[in-house]
Amino acid sequence: MTSMSPVGPDFCCRGCAGAFELLGDLGLKSYYSRRSIDPKARPLRPDSDEIAAVNFTDLVSTDDEGVHHLNLMVDGIHCAACVWLIETLLQKNPSVLHARVNMTTRRLRLTWNGDIADVDELVKPVLQMGYRLIPFDPAALEQATQARNSELLRCLAVAGFAAGNVMLLSVSVWAGYFQGMGGATRDLFHWISALIALPAAVYAGMPFYRSAWGAIRNRRVNMDVPISLGVILALGMSLAETMRGGPHAYFDSAITLLFFLLVGRYLDSRARGQARSAAEHLLSLNARSVTVLGDDGTRRLIAPDKAKPGMIVLVAAGERIGIDGEILDGQSDIDTSLITGESIPNTAKPGTTVFAGTTNISAPLRIRVTATGQTTLLAEIVRLMENAEQGRARYVALADRVAKSYAPVVHLLSGTTFLGWWLIGGIGWQDALMNAIAVLIITCPCALALAVPVVQVIATGRLLRAGILVKSATALERLTRIRGVIFDKTGTLTTGKPELISNPDDDTALELAASIAANSTHPLSRALVRAAGNVTPIANVSEHPGQGLSAELPAGTVRLGSRAFCGIAENADLSSHIAGPEMWLQEPGRAATRFVFHDAPRHDAEQVIETLSSRGFDISLLSGDRAVTVARLAETLGIRDWKAQLSPADKANEIARRAENGKCDLMVGDGINDAPALAAAYASMSPASAAEISQNVADIVFQGDRLSAVIEAIDVARKSDRLVRQNFTLSFAYNLITIPLAVSGMVTPLIAAIAMSSSSLIVIANALRLRSGRNKQRAEDPSALPVHAQEAGAPSV
Amino acid sequence: MSNLLLLIPIALFLGLLGLAAFLWSLKSGQFDDMEGAANRILFDDDEQQPQDSHTKNNGVKR
Repeated sequence: MTSMSPVGPDFCCRGCAGAFELLGDLGLKSYYSRRSIDPKARPLRPDSDEIAAVNFTDLVSTDDEGVHHLNLMVDGIHCAACVWLIETLLQKNPSVLHARVNMTTRRLRLTWNGDIADVDELVKPVLQMGYRLIPFDPAALEQATQARNSELLRCLAVAGFAAGNVMLLSVSVWAGYFQGMGGATRDLFHWISALIALPAAVYAGMPFYRSAWGAIRNRRVNMDVPISLGVILALGMSLAETMRGGPHAYFDSAITLLFFLLVGRYLDSRARGQARSAAEHLLSLNARSVTVLGDDGTRRLIAPDKAKPGMIVLVAAGERIGIDGEILDGQSDIDTSLITGESIPNTAKPGTTVFAGTTNISAPLRIRVTATGQTTLLAEIVRLMENAEQGRARYVALADRVAKSYAPVVHLLSGTTFLGWWLIGGIGWQDALMNAIAVLIITCPCALALAVPVVQVIATGRLLRAGILVKSATALERLTRIRGVIFDKTGTLTTGKPELISNPDDDTALELAASIAANSTHPLSRALVRAAGNVTPIANVSEHPGQGLSAELPAGTVRLGSRAFCGIAENADLSSHIAGPEMWLQEPGRAATRFVFHDAPRHDAEQVIETLSSRGFDISLLSGDRAVTVARLAETLGIRDWKAQLSPADKANEIARRAENGKCDLMVGDGINDAPALAAAYASMSPASAAEISQNVADIVFQGDRLSAVIEAIDVARKSDRLVRQNFTLSFAYNLITIPLAVSGMVTPLIAAIAMSSSSLIVIANALRLRSGRNKQRAEDPSALPVHAQEAGAPSV
Repeated sequence: MSNLLLLIPIALFLGLLGLAAFLWSLKSGQFDDMEGAANRILFDDDEQQPQDSHTKNNGVKR
């Protein structure tokens, strides 16, 4: 304990101080001039040695030339300086061939020559800096999204190339209308256009044709059906027109339409891919393996689901417990807040049962596995969650609902046009068909199909920058319909970290207590250190897990810890009216000092609750914690509707009951016990500190300490909803003007092109207003997420 | 008219060349990390090469 580097005022922890020294030794101090750290971001978290001993060799693959490849996920990258530092550190080793960090996905690709076992030596300097490296299998992770994205991008490129060239030819043809282009030249241009546009449309339109075909086969209609039909008919008619030497060909319209739509599709898929990969990254950091102790004393790391009952598992201090089991050896404190919602750690000793998802706080434990797979508490929660999800009605995206009523109208209109011209208008069936197809082309929902994705892209991007990850495609649409907001207590409304409330009379006691506590990772100790501000840890401190700390000072032994540990009689309480977890400081020859803690609400929780209820949302609090604690918090925050001591199933049932009464609720929760409720709710959010299962099931994950992310998400959702509806109105208005033209047979390719491009551009420009709104806010108030500025800004849009 | 017969193929060829270049760059992973690429241009050193790292470090130190 004593030989550690000093933790001065410049460093948050020993790990950082050590990293600073290490960088100095390596001559890489320029890292500090490069980095630009966002003060809001989480600091680097140094690892204890036990966790660093991950076995990397398992996932190394070796190619024919004897070069080894390894993919790693990096935790702790803040800015480009980290990328630079990691790459430079790795490349200092001569056997490394290639080390490249992907800053977007925070993944590292490492290739080297030599021995496979070298890998531990290679990555050591990076681990020493405090970065965490997690091996992953690139094949298993989001391969589908990647493939889809690059397919869209390829289609986009092809459509863009074709659109550009066909447009070049088409402009000449249009100019020819007025300047008298010869028929032969026009036909030549049409033929060349066909040559470019047809293969390009076959290739680039694939995503739409596939989706449309899938919908038709399931007897549904989505937006891709009218799109595909419009494009195919436009191309077919233009080809026929070209063959008979006619004046009107719509190649340019068809291919430009595809190009515009692909832009929207690609951006949409990329924005959501980014949010999802950020969420996946957060999750993979929690997905730990468990250390199994073999009969011969060897340790090996295995996935939690590979553990079998009877195995002995080692859990280091600070580590998440990965299995259900019984403690064999060791005494510690267990943080169960993610499972039960209880904010204060429980003491654990041999014989205590522990559950997967809890965290071991103060001392190493040996645990015998009692249940795995389907029998664990976690598996039980998953079953509850699946039940809850089945109960929830499937939400149909707004665009698909619009398409459902739009497509039949358009197709009917086009059919009527054909019959009308042919039977009543008395023209030839070819000309009647031309007019009918013109109706289809002009109504082809270019703007309509862009209306939702463009807004979504901007909204998702805006939220992503604020640390709010929108994972579900329809989350924003659903958010606009919620009427009530239900919160979980521990870790959601509160920070989940205890804070000192009682202020001892003399500061010296607090200072002494904090300097002892600085040697421990127990949440109460950390709270003391936070309350005291700058403290220097004192030497000669020993930790007694589950009890407290003792320090050998010149004056004698000083004890800091539980009442029993400090030898305080049960009735010697001076201020028993303050309930809550406590810690005592016993100095030789002085009266003992009591420190009381509570689980403080997030600092903006009260404001957020107030804002939400002033906007007419019903606020409720559902907690698994004891009624006293819940009642106190509810009172502090002004929440009238609260329920305590709920089991995970109770929470989900409560939400299902409300849903039956026709209420749409947003559930905000973080614990494993909230997962079924999150699944049952109409929309759900969870903080990034939440249990992985909750993050998986939540529609939206938000990072940071601020609860105002909830308001921000609702605000952005409402604004986007308004913009989407405006966009729909705009494109319908366009159709109102152009459809009569098309029905009366007055549409030329020029008019079609102008109408289609301009309506798309107007829709995109309208969506961009969502972005400009943000910039204004930033300028007014540089601190992120100003709740008041949002309120002021909301009605003006 | 005859100049068109020359110019249109040239224009198309150049366009196809651009398309092929884009598809190649897409395939070789140059669009995988847009954020990193934007920042990498600001790394003003040769320390990336492992061979150079020892000599160049002196220059960068403070």
